[in-house]
Amino acid sequence: MTGFIALYVFVLAAIAGYEIVARVPASLHVPLLSGLSFVHGIVLVGAMVALGHAQTALEQVFAFLAVTLAAGNAVGGYVITDRLLGAVRSGGRKK
Amino acid sequence: MDFRSFLIALVYFVAAVLLIVGIKRMSSPRTARGSILWAGWGVLLATLVTFFWPGLSPDNVILIVAAIAVGGSLAWYAGRRVAMTDMPQMIALCSGMGGGAAAAIAAIELMEAGRHGLTVTLLAMLGGLVGSVSFSGSLLGFAKLRGWAGRPVRFKARNQASAAVLLMAAVFGLMLMGDYPSHTTMTLIFFGLALAGGIMMSLPVASADVPVAVSFYTALTGLAVALEGFVLGNEAMIIAGTVVAAAGALLTHRMGGAVHRPLDRVLFGGPADAAADGSAGAGDFPEIAAGDAGNLLASARRVAIVPGYGMAAARAQHEVLELARLLRKRGIKVRFAIHPAAGRIPSHMSLLLAEAGAAYEHTGEPEDVNPEFDTTDVCLVVGANDVVNPAARTDTSSPLYGMPILNADRSRNVIVIKRGRGRGFSGTENPLFLLDNVRVLSGEGDVAVTELIRAVEAI
Repeated sequence: MTGFIALYVFVLAAIAGYEIVARVPASLHVPLLSGLSFVHGIVLVGAMVALGHAQTALEQVFAFLAVTLAAGNAVGGYVITDRLLGAVRSGGRKK
Repeated sequence: MDFRSFLIALVYFVAAVLLIVGIKRMSSPRTARGSILWAGWGVLLATLVTFFWPGLSPDNVILIVAAIAVGGSLAWYAGRRVAMTDMPQMIALCSGMGGGAAAAIAAIELMEAGRHGLTVTLLAMLGGLVGSVSFSGSLLGFAKLRGWAGRPVRFKARNQASAAVLLMAAVFGLMLMGDYPSHTTMTLIFFGLALAGGIMMSLPVASADVPVAVSFYTALTGLAVALEGFVLGNEAMIIAGTVVAAAGALLTHRMGGAVHRPLDRVLFGGPADAAADGSAGAGDFPEIAAGDAGNLLASARRVAIVPGYGMAAARAQHEVLELARLLRKRGIKVRFAIHPAAGRIPSHMSLLLAEAGAAYEHTGEPEDVNPEFDTTDVCLVVGANDVVNPAARTDTSSPLYGMPILNADRSRNVIVIKRGRGRGFSGTENPLFLLDNVRVLSGEGDVAVTELIRAVEAI
């Protein structure tokens, strides 16, 4: 990706991220935080590519670690966000 | 572009959109419930299509599957089992793991001299630094929330010391840009220093402030993921990471505001430090027996209940709800006054009560409830302290001064269920307990509330 396009993507994504959560109510702070920590679990795809291309043993060790951590991030983040959002709903449902 | 690259690029694009829509839906109560499915599909699709990435060696693909199985199943198990109140440490663990993964990717990219050009090496280095800080900082935050790490460690010039360590890491990182022979060793030193910097930054954070710090680390991990995305030329990582970084930064600001602990005070310490050691506060409070308290409640027309950390610690939320139901059956108006800063995590009380089945319309935040206290006959404070401390309104020397509080003291009668004689988490004395209209019912939250239930039933 050329420098300027990369810059565009970076800045626009940052603005999007800021705007998206600009009006979040306090009751959703914790579930949203959990959701954000799930979304950065996308690092898994980078870790997979790194492990797939690893050549030396040391690289393999680091990349294996990266994939394990990233998978933990993604799966754990999904499970707890789902539970937290479930708790919020059960409060609102009896409205 | 061959078909495989086209497919990968297309799926990454779809994944990025799904992730952004997921976060968007997550930030509104109306759409929040199903939002995780959107984001979940995004990550799942991106993961699956990555197996088609050109040039993956078959042996290593087996390793990939094994690593996903190990990390995924452990996290699945932990995430299912963890209690609702322990969620913050799971979030800390997740953002730590993400940061660690980004740092490990950076390590691989940096270990071989001259693999990338200057700009890309710089980005990899930055991502590695940020990811490492988030990794070690989050893990220490996790340990603190689990109660493994004890009291915050504070020493003079601690901020300068952490800055020095991080600066040294940056120097080693910049040297990686040159053509030195021992790149692997230098990479490892760089990461060692960066990890140490994260720990030093996290040491002085009080456990009550850890959630705000965790939110900050989540934003850092997002940034690290985006930077490594630039290094690997991976659009999904760039977009998702950047969105998380920006959203996380704003959320950190909001959460810090809600608990009256802005980020700079969380990380670098502030006025609340000095007093934070007291649990031995003086004073005998005028007490009330459970029977009399029950009488008072049963003869009220309007009751407000203010839950606090004491309720969470004693897991008394079900008893409290039972008491509220009982009073309502007698035609008494009961409302939960919920302060966002009550407890140890933001919206701790809303979460607990929602989980226990409290109806949404019976709860209210300070702005809704405060005008009602003047016409409230009995306010029952269950293990809350700082959030009902009237010094926050009047005493400019109090560390709580300026924090929006619940005006419980303005009710006709106030019953405070209290375990010890101590101060609140901020370490400040609470003049509320010495007011004429306030009586203290001593005991653990669950026991005291059960006594109240019996007393009300007996009337």
